[in-house]
Amino acid sequence: MTLLGQFALWAGFILGLWSAGLAFLTRWQERPDVALTIRRGSYAVLVAMLVAAAALWKGIFSHDFNIEYVASYTSRNLPEYYLISAFWAGQKGSLLFWAVVLAIFGALAQWLTPPRFRDLLPYVAGITNLVAAFFISVMLFGEGGNPFERLAFTPPDGRGLNPQLQNPGMIAHPPMLYLGYISLTIPFAFAIAALLARKLDAGWIIAMRKWAIVSWIFLSVGITIGMWWAYLELGWGGVWAWDPVENASFHPWLTLTAFLHSVMIQEKRGMLKRWNMSLIIGTFLLSIFGTFITRSGVIASVHSFTQSSVGYFFLAFLLVTAILSFTLLYTRWESLTPDATLEAVASREAAFLFNNLALVGIAFSVLWGTLFPIISEAVRGVKLTVGPPFFERVNIPLGLFLLFLTGVGPLIAWRKASARNLQRQFIVPGATFALTLMAAAAFGLRGYTLMTIALAGFVLATIAQEFGRGIRARMSMHGENAVLALGRLMARNRRRYGGYIVHVGVVCYFVAAVGQGFKIKESHEMVPGESVTLASPFGHEVTFTFLGVSQYAQLNRQVSAATLEVSRGGTPLGTTVSEKRQHVDSFGQRTFEPSTEVGLISNLQEDLYVVYAGTPDGTERSRFEISIIPLVNWFWIGGVILLAGGLLAMWPGGPQIRTKRAVLDDAQAGYGVPLTGAEVGA
Amino acid sequence: MKPSTKFALGAAVILGSVTLLIVEGVKQTGTYFLTPTQLVERTQQDPSFHDVGLKVAAKVVKGSIHRDDAASRVDFRISDGTHEFPVTYVGIVPDTFTDENDIDVVVEGKFDRNNVFQATDVIAKCGSRYEAAWDEQAPTST
Repeated sequence: MTLLGQFALWAGFILGLWSAGLAFLTRWQERPDVALTIRRGSYAVLVAMLVAAAALWKGIFSHDFNIEYVASYTSRNLPEYYLISAFWAGQKGSLLFWAVVLAIFGALAQWLTPPRFRDLLPYVAGITNLVAAFFISVMLFGEGGNPFERLAFTPPDGRGLNPQLQNPGMIAHPPMLYLGYISLTIPFAFAIAALLARKLDAGWIIAMRKWAIVSWIFLSVGITIGMWWAYLELGWGGVWAWDPVENASFHPWLTLTAFLHSVMIQEKRGMLKRWNMSLIIGTFLLSIFGTFITRSGVIASVHSFTQSSVGYFFLAFLLVTAILSFTLLYTRWESLTPDATLEAVASREAAFLFNNLALVGIAFSVLWGTLFPIISEAVRGVKLTVGPPFFERVNIPLGLFLLFLTGVGPLIAWRKASARNLQRQFIVPGATFALTLMAAAAFGLRGYTLMTIALAGFVLATIAQEFGRGIRARMSMHGENAVLALGRLMARNRRRYGGYIVHVGVVCYFVAAVGQGFKIKESHEMVPGESVTLASPFGHEVTFTFLGVSQYAQLNRQVSAATLEVSRGGTPLGTTVSEKRQHVDSFGQRTFEPSTEVGLISNLQEDLYVVYAGTPDGTERSRFEISIIPLVNWFWIGGVILLAGGLLAMWPGGPQIRTKRAVLDDAQAGYGVPLTGAEVGA
Repeated sequence: MKPSTKFALGAAVILGSVTLLIVEGVKQTGTYFLTPTQLVERTQQDPSFHDVGLKVAAKVVKGSIHRDDAASRVDFRISDGTHEFPVTYVGIVPDTFTDENDIDVVVEGKFDRNNVFQATDVIAKCGSRYEAAWDEQAPTST
């Protein structure tokens, strides 16, 4: 099977290059048959990649330990469902996964994009196939890149999967994040195609905006599942450590979020054309940069793959792509003049622009902090690092400014907000802000924490007001009842109301983040029967009684499980179990380091989080780290809300692109002032 | 004032704040990240460096780990091949922190005037045991 896989890699590589060569070097605009051949190249690459993937699956599921990759990441006693995640658990497999998914997305882009974008599609195929060929070349020519490499002998069993990856979150987290990174290639490809074809109206944005939302959903969900995994599996009771690899996933998320907002200005007002091009190119480059960070070992991180030369392939690709893309953008600079200019600072355009600056500012500061060890060593000859305190100092004020704009942006009028508009829109949210501020201050909150909660109230009030007004308008105009009006309102304006729902999710993240500042963490030693009491930041007391440790063998591991009984102010909440696991191979030999399973009792208010740190030999005195972590569930609730809003915004179907007039009417809907300068590729 | 000028002012305020936050953030929270050699040389040149909190990346000297479980205190030595010095840490270290393997370690804390590193945090990265290249001896024999 490895021979077939190897062959498929070569086939994909050559087909990808060939399709890209035709796209960039021939005049296919005059040859419909050639244009079709280029586009079919995407399907051909897909077939090759599916064959390669099938070959690796076969190796994994048939326990062919002669294949180095299979021997390194699986074992006979690994539960079957983790065999699936073994596909992307290691460097080589994840490269193949990347190429396969890129081929799927590339083919989908060709299949789903309406034929009226025929001037762009062959270029899109050329770009996606070139990127796919690059990933395949890393497997074929990179040291330690080929998943089909065989060993000179066959080990009796594989080494098994790292226990920290043996977690349901880990089946979903990396592929989600990869899907986010990879799907960014499609908006990037459309942007470059528009530049190459000189089709610089808003057409390319319409062709790819659903893809941009899809990427954003994958990135958001991937990051959130990553937080969840870190919270449950790493045992430190936090969700985000500002580790370089975490930051690397945050950069493209920030710039993509900025892009999703600023394209609305281009669609409605014909402004920001150059900015949008730069943003999407930058976002794609940041996703490649993230890959480079994760795989090169340039910056030390707990999440990274082993150091290897593969990183330098990505560095070269990053530099070449950056130079080519920005050179191309420069040659088209004059064709990207805006159709309108900013008319007032009190306008939605300006609010979105400030939002963009804040998002890009955060992205820059996180990038700076991530690269600081390298920068300081190069400039001052001594390595300096910055940690979470740096990122918090810089990003909390910027984040609060963004939260404020989240409330302002959707309410303020396009072009120029009149005093009447401001009054009408902001009285209720402004009053809500003041009330929340006073209530939270009375509760004892101060500083940033107080501001976050007050702004959260402000933003939620703006969204409630928007929904309320939309529903009332439909009820009086169409005589619908409230539920029907709500349903139709959302179905008819999916992007707008999907966006509002996403904002609700974002508010949940902010509220959850506030809770993290009030975390309580204590170390205790107990003998069975002993108990400790912790004071919750909410004012009540929680008592943990240690019941004892039991030891048993399970699946592929030996487990020591410590059980604690938990009660809150005298009311029992049940028991919780924290485990220490020693994984073993099928011969009973220890593999990997011991890992910890957290004991958790969780509700909307707070999580009670217990880590069993072990019992010294020959004693009964066991060590625990016990935390009370407020509001942490709101991250996961926010994630679900955000996903729902994102899905609503991207859901296909609904109002189809009709005449230019209808599209303009649609863009105008709900806004009092006429929007001039809107241009829509129809 | 033209709207675009007003906007440019607003943008300048935002970008200025970002720059200021970054510069101040680095000044207030930046931590030296050194090798043992760099640390020893710097403290010889400038004794006030003994009072600066910093991080050191090095290897743990095999056989140097002494655990005192009762006081949950660990003493060990770290080295980069050229310079070597003792480290003291009070707190829980992971079970993997043993002499069996080559351990790469990052210690955070202060290098006191007796040339003992008083660590406030120890991050151990297990050596190459599980990432080793495959060879005939590596797999467990039946």
